[in-house]
Amino acid sequence: MHPITTVHYLALSAALLLIGTVGVLTRRNIVIILMSIELILNAVNINLVAFSHTLHNVDGQIFAIFVITDAVAEAAVGLGILIALFRNKETVLADEIDLLKW
Amino acid sequence: MLIDTVLFYFFAVLVVGGGLLTITRRNAVHSAISLIVSLLGVAGLYLLQQAEFLFAVQIVLYIGGIMVLFLFVIMLVNLDLAAKERQFNRQWLVALVAVAVVGAQLSWFIYRGRDAFHVAESVAQPVEAGMAVGNTAILADALFKDYLLPFEIASVLLLVAVVGSVVMAKKRI
Repeated sequence: MHPITTVHYLALSAALLLIGTVGVLTRRNIVIILMSIELILNAVNINLVAFSHTLHNVDGQIFAIFVITDAVAEAAVGLGILIALFRNKETVLADEIDLLKW
Repeated sequence: MLIDTVLFYFFAVLVVGGGLLTITRRNAVHSAISLIVSLLGVAGLYLLQQAEFLFAVQIVLYIGGIMVLFLFVIMLVNLDLAAKERQFNRQWLVALVAVAVVGAQLSWFIYRGRDAFHVAESVAQPVEAGMAVGNTAILADALFKDYLLPFEIASVLLLVAVVGSVVMAKKRI
Protein backbone atom coordinates (compact mmCIF):
# COMPACT_ATOMS: atom_id res chain seq x y z
CA MET A 1 0.00 0.00 0.00
CA HIS A 2 1.33 3.43 -0.93
CA PRO A 3 1.55 6.05 1.80
CA ILE A 4 -0.97 8.87 1.50
CA THR A 5 0.48 11.93 -0.25
CA THR A 6 -0.84 15.34 -1.14
CA VAL A 7 -1.84 13.96 -4.54
CA HIS A 8 -4.40 11.70 -2.89
CA TYR A 9 -6.00 14.67 -1.18
CA LEU A 10 -5.99 16.66 -4.43
CA ALA A 11 -7.70 13.82 -6.30
CA LEU A 12 -10.35 13.50 -3.60
CA SER A 13 -10.87 17.27 -3.65
CA ALA A 14 -11.28 17.25 -7.44
CA ALA A 15 -13.83 14.44 -7.20
CA LEU A 16 -15.84 16.33 -4.58
CA LEU A 17 -15.67 19.50 -6.70
CA LEU A 18 -17.01 17.54 -9.68
CA ILE A 19 -19.89 16.13 -7.64
CA GLY A 20 -20.78 19.61 -6.41
CA THR A 21 -20.63 21.07 -9.92
CA VAL A 22 -22.93 18.40 -11.29
CA GLY A 23 -25.34 19.07 -8.45
CA VAL A 24 -25.41 22.82 -9.10
CA LEU A 25 -25.86 22.41 -12.84
CA THR A 26 -28.44 19.64 -12.99
CA ARG A 27 -30.71 19.75 -9.93
CA ARG A 28 -33.95 21.72 -9.98
CA ASN A 29 -34.52 22.02 -6.25
CA ILE A 30 -32.91 25.22 -4.92
CA VAL A 31 -32.24 23.73 -1.47
CA ILE A 32 -30.15 20.97 -3.03
CA ILE A 33 -28.35 23.48 -5.26
CA LEU A 34 -27.30 25.35 -2.09
CA MET A 35 -26.13 22.05 -0.56
CA SER A 36 -24.03 21.39 -3.68
CA ILE A 37 -22.36 24.79 -3.20
CA GLU A 38 -21.41 23.65 0.30
CA LEU A 39 -19.83 20.56 -1.26
CA ILE A 40 -17.76 22.73 -3.61
CA LEU A 41 -16.55 24.93 -0.74
CA ASN A 42 -15.56 21.82 1.22
CA ALA A 43 -13.53 20.60 -1.75
CA VAL A 44 -11.63 23.90 -1.66
CA ASN A 45 -11.02 23.47 2.07
CA ILE A 46 -9.59 19.97 1.61
CA ASN A 47 -7.13 21.44 -0.89
CA LEU A 48 -6.10 24.28 1.41
CA VAL A 49 -5.56 22.04 4.41
CA ALA A 50 -3.65 19.45 2.37
CA PHE A 51 -1.16 22.05 1.15
CA SER A 52 -0.96 23.60 4.61
CA HIS A 53 -0.01 20.18 6.01
CA THR A 54 2.52 19.45 3.27
CA LEU A 55 4.29 22.81 3.36
CA HIS A 56 4.19 23.12 7.16
CA ASN A 57 2.60 26.53 6.77
CA VAL A 58 -0.45 27.52 8.78
CA ASP A 59 -1.74 30.10 6.27
CA GLY A 60 -3.79 27.49 4.42
CA GLN A 61 -5.76 26.68 7.53
CA ILE A 62 -6.38 30.39 8.14
CA PHE A 63 -7.81 30.68 4.65
CA ALA A 64 -9.93 27.60 5.27
CA ILE A 65 -11.42 29.42 8.26
CA PHE A 66 -12.25 32.39 6.03
CA VAL A 67 -13.83 30.06 3.46
CA ILE A 68 -16.00 28.55 6.19
CA THR A 69 -17.02 32.07 7.26
CA ASP A 70 -18.05 32.86 3.70
CA ALA A 71 -19.96 29.60 3.48
CA VAL A 72 -21.93 30.49 6.59
CA ALA A 73 -22.78 33.95 5.27
CA GLU A 74 -23.74 32.52 1.88
CA ALA A 75 -25.98 29.84 3.39
CA ALA A 76 -27.76 32.33 5.66
CA VAL A 77 -28.44 34.86 2.91
CA GLY A 78 -29.30 32.17 0.33
CA LEU A 79 -31.83 30.49 2.57
CA GLY A 80 -33.34 33.88 3.46
CA ILE A 81 -33.77 34.61 -0.24
CA LEU A 82 -35.28 31.15 -0.70
CA ILE A 83 -37.89 31.77 2.00
CA ALA A 84 -38.82 35.15 0.49
CA LEU A 85 -39.02 33.53 -2.95
CA PHE A 86 -41.23 30.70 -1.73
CA ARG A 87 -43.57 33.20 -0.10
CA ASN A 88 -44.07 35.00 -3.42
CA LYS A 89 -43.87 32.25 -6.04
CA GLU A 90 -44.90 29.07 -4.16
CA THR A 91 -42.16 27.05 -5.82
CA VAL A 92 -38.62 25.92 -5.02
CA LEU A 93 -37.75 24.67 -8.49
CA ALA A 94 -35.04 26.77 -10.10
CA ASP A 95 -36.30 26.61 -13.69
CA GLU A 96 -39.84 27.70 -12.77
CA ILE A 97 -38.51 31.03 -11.51
CA ASP A 98 -38.22 32.69 -14.91
CA LEU A 99 -39.65 36.14 -14.28
CA LEU A 100 -36.72 37.83 -15.98
CA LYS A 101 -36.79 35.51 -18.99
CA TRP A 102 -38.32 36.97 -22.08
CA MET B 1 1.51 4.63 8.22
CA LEU B 2 -0.85 1.80 7.46
CA ILE B 3 -3.52 3.09 9.81
CA ASP B 4 -3.26 6.50 8.11
CA THR B 5 -3.86 4.91 4.72
CA VAL B 6 -6.84 2.91 5.93
CA LEU B 7 -8.36 5.94 7.65
CA PHE B 8 -7.83 8.10 4.58
CA TYR B 9 -9.70 5.67 2.36
CA PHE B 10 -12.46 5.28 4.94
CA PHE B 11 -13.01 9.04 5.12
CA ALA B 12 -12.68 9.38 1.35
CA VAL B 13 -15.49 6.86 0.87
CA LEU B 14 -17.59 8.82 3.37
CA VAL B 15 -16.92 12.10 1.53
CA VAL B 16 -17.55 10.86 -2.00
CA GLY B 17 -20.45 8.56 -1.12
CA GLY B 18 -22.17 11.24 0.93
CA GLY B 19 -21.69 13.76 -1.86
CA LEU B 20 -23.10 11.43 -4.50
CA LEU B 21 -26.14 10.65 -2.35
CA THR B 22 -26.62 14.38 -1.70
CA ILE B 23 -27.07 15.26 -5.33
CA THR B 24 -29.15 12.21 -6.29
CA ARG B 25 -31.77 11.85 -3.53
CA ARG B 26 -35.34 12.90 -4.28
CA ASN B 27 -36.23 13.81 -0.71
CA ALA B 28 -34.43 16.96 0.47
CA VAL B 29 -34.15 15.67 4.06
CA HIS B 30 -32.32 12.58 2.82
CA SER B 31 -30.01 14.89 0.87
CA ALA B 32 -29.29 16.92 4.00
CA ILE B 33 -28.43 13.80 6.01
CA SER B 34 -26.12 12.56 3.25
CA LEU B 35 -24.47 15.98 3.26
CA ILE B 36 -23.87 15.59 7.02
CA VAL B 37 -22.10 12.27 6.33
CA SER B 38 -19.96 13.93 3.68
CA LEU B 39 -19.03 16.83 5.98
CA LEU B 40 -18.14 14.36 8.74
CA GLY B 41 -15.74 12.70 6.31
CA VAL B 42 -14.13 16.05 5.56
CA ALA B 43 -13.78 16.66 9.31
CA GLY B 44 -12.03 13.32 9.65
CA LEU B 45 -9.61 14.31 6.89
CA TYR B 46 -8.79 17.50 8.80
CA LEU B 47 -8.00 15.42 11.87
CA LEU B 48 -5.81 13.15 9.78
CA GLN B 49 -3.76 16.19 8.75
CA GLN B 50 -3.27 17.54 12.29
CA ALA B 51 -5.70 20.42 11.78
CA GLU B 52 -7.54 19.88 15.06
CA PHE B 53 -8.99 23.37 15.30
CA LEU B 54 -10.53 23.12 11.83
CA PHE B 55 -11.92 19.71 12.80
CA ALA B 56 -13.74 21.29 15.73
CA VAL B 57 -14.90 24.22 13.60
CA GLN B 58 -16.20 21.82 10.94
CA ILE B 59 -18.22 19.82 13.46
CA VAL B 60 -19.59 22.80 15.39
CA LEU B 61 -20.19 25.22 12.54
CA TYR B 62 -21.07 23.04 9.56
CA ILE B 63 -22.80 20.08 11.11
CA GLY B 64 -24.16 21.95 14.10
CA GLY B 65 -24.94 25.28 12.46
CA ILE B 66 -25.38 25.22 8.73
CA MET B 67 -27.09 21.85 8.56
CA VAL B 68 -29.61 22.80 11.24
CA LEU B 69 -30.31 25.95 9.20
CA PHE B 70 -30.85 23.81 6.11
CA LEU B 71 -33.19 21.43 7.95
CA PHE B 72 -35.15 24.39 9.35
CA VAL B 73 -35.67 25.76 5.85
CA ILE B 74 -36.62 22.35 4.50
CA MET B 75 -39.30 22.09 7.17
CA LEU B 76 -40.39 25.70 6.61
CA VAL B 77 -40.69 25.42 2.85
CA ASN B 78 -43.18 22.90 1.56
CA LEU B 79 -41.11 20.46 -0.49
CA ASP B 80 -43.71 17.68 -0.90
CA LEU B 81 -44.82 19.03 -4.25
CA ALA B 82 -41.26 19.43 -5.49
CA ALA B 83 -40.41 15.85 -4.51
CA LYS B 84 -43.09 14.51 -6.85
CA GLU B 85 -41.78 16.40 -9.88
CA ARG B 86 -38.86 15.88 -12.22
CA GLN B 87 -35.65 16.24 -10.20
CA PHE B 88 -33.15 17.14 -12.90
CA ASN B 89 -33.32 19.99 -15.40
CA ARG B 90 -32.41 19.93 -19.06
CA GLN B 91 -28.89 21.30 -18.63
CA TRP B 92 -27.26 17.92 -18.21
CA LEU B 93 -25.23 18.46 -21.40
CA VAL B 94 -23.46 21.46 -19.84
CA ALA B 95 -22.83 19.43 -16.71
CA LEU B 96 -21.45 16.59 -18.81
CA VAL B 97 -19.00 18.92 -20.57
CA ALA B 98 -17.84 20.43 -17.26
CA VAL B 99 -17.35 17.01 -15.74
CA ALA B 100 -15.49 15.78 -18.82
CA VAL B 101 -13.05 18.71 -18.74
CA VAL B 102 -12.20 18.41 -15.04
CA GLY B 103 -12.22 14.62 -15.23
CA ALA B 104 -9.70 14.77 -18.10
CA GLN B 105 -7.44 17.00 -16.00
CA LEU B 106 -7.78 14.66 -13.05
CA SER B 107 -6.96 11.53 -15.01
CA TRP B 108 -4.01 13.31 -16.63
CA PHE B 109 -2.56 14.12 -13.22
CA ILE B 110 -3.15 10.60 -11.98
CA TYR B 111 -1.52 9.26 -15.14
CA ARG B 112 1.56 11.42 -14.60
CA GLY B 113 1.67 10.46 -10.97
CA ARG B 114 3.76 12.21 -8.39
CA ASP B 115 5.88 14.14 -10.91
CA ALA B 116 2.97 16.45 -11.62
CA PHE B 117 3.09 17.68 -8.04
CA HIS B 118 6.77 18.07 -7.31
CA VAL B 119 6.00 21.56 -6.01
CA ALA B 120 3.81 20.04 -3.34
CA GLU B 121 6.47 17.67 -2.04
CA SER B 122 9.43 20.08 -1.94
CA VAL B 123 9.49 21.34 1.63
CA ALA B 124 9.87 18.54 4.13
CA GLN B 125 11.43 19.94 7.28
CA PRO B 126 9.43 19.16 10.39
CA VAL B 127 8.47 22.07 12.61
CA GLU B 128 9.40 20.83 16.07
CA ALA B 129 8.72 24.01 18.01
CA GLY B 130 5.31 24.41 16.43
CA MET B 131 4.21 20.89 17.17
CA ALA B 132 4.92 21.30 20.87
CA VAL B 133 2.52 24.27 21.19
CA GLY B 134 -0.44 22.70 19.39
CA ASN B 135 -2.45 23.52 16.33
CA THR B 136 -4.92 25.89 17.96
CA ALA B 137 -2.22 28.09 19.51
CA ILE B 138 -0.35 28.41 16.20
CA LEU B 139 -3.58 29.21 14.40
CA ALA B 140 -4.51 31.86 16.95
CA ASP B 141 -1.07 33.45 16.63
CA ALA B 142 -1.40 33.73 12.87
CA LEU B 143 -5.05 34.78 12.96
CA PHE B 144 -4.67 37.58 15.50
CA LYS B 145 -1.28 38.87 14.37
CA ASP B 146 -0.82 38.51 10.62
CA TYR B 147 -4.46 38.25 9.62
CA LEU B 148 -6.08 40.67 12.03
CA LEU B 149 -7.57 42.96 9.38
CA PRO B 150 -9.13 40.11 7.30
CA PHE B 151 -10.46 38.69 10.57
CA GLU B 152 -12.24 41.93 11.37
CA ILE B 153 -13.54 42.23 7.82
CA ALA B 154 -14.94 38.71 8.13
CA SER B 155 -16.78 39.73 11.28
CA VAL B 156 -18.32 42.69 9.44
CA LEU B 157 -19.31 40.31 6.63
CA LEU B 158 -21.08 38.07 9.12
CA LEU B 159 -22.93 41.06 10.57
CA VAL B 160 -24.06 42.11 7.09
CA ALA B 161 -25.17 38.55 6.34
CA VAL B 162 -27.20 38.31 9.55
CA VAL B 163 -28.97 41.62 8.92
CA GLY B 164 -29.49 40.76 5.26
CA SER B 165 -31.01 37.36 5.89
CA VAL B 166 -33.39 38.77 8.51
CA VAL B 167 -34.49 41.50 6.09
CA MET B 168 -34.96 38.91 3.32
CA ALA B 169 -36.99 36.46 5.38
CA LYS B 170 -39.15 39.00 7.22
CA LYS B 171 -42.67 39.47 5.94
CA ARG B 172 -42.91 43.21 6.57
CA ILE B 173 -39.98 45.36 7.60
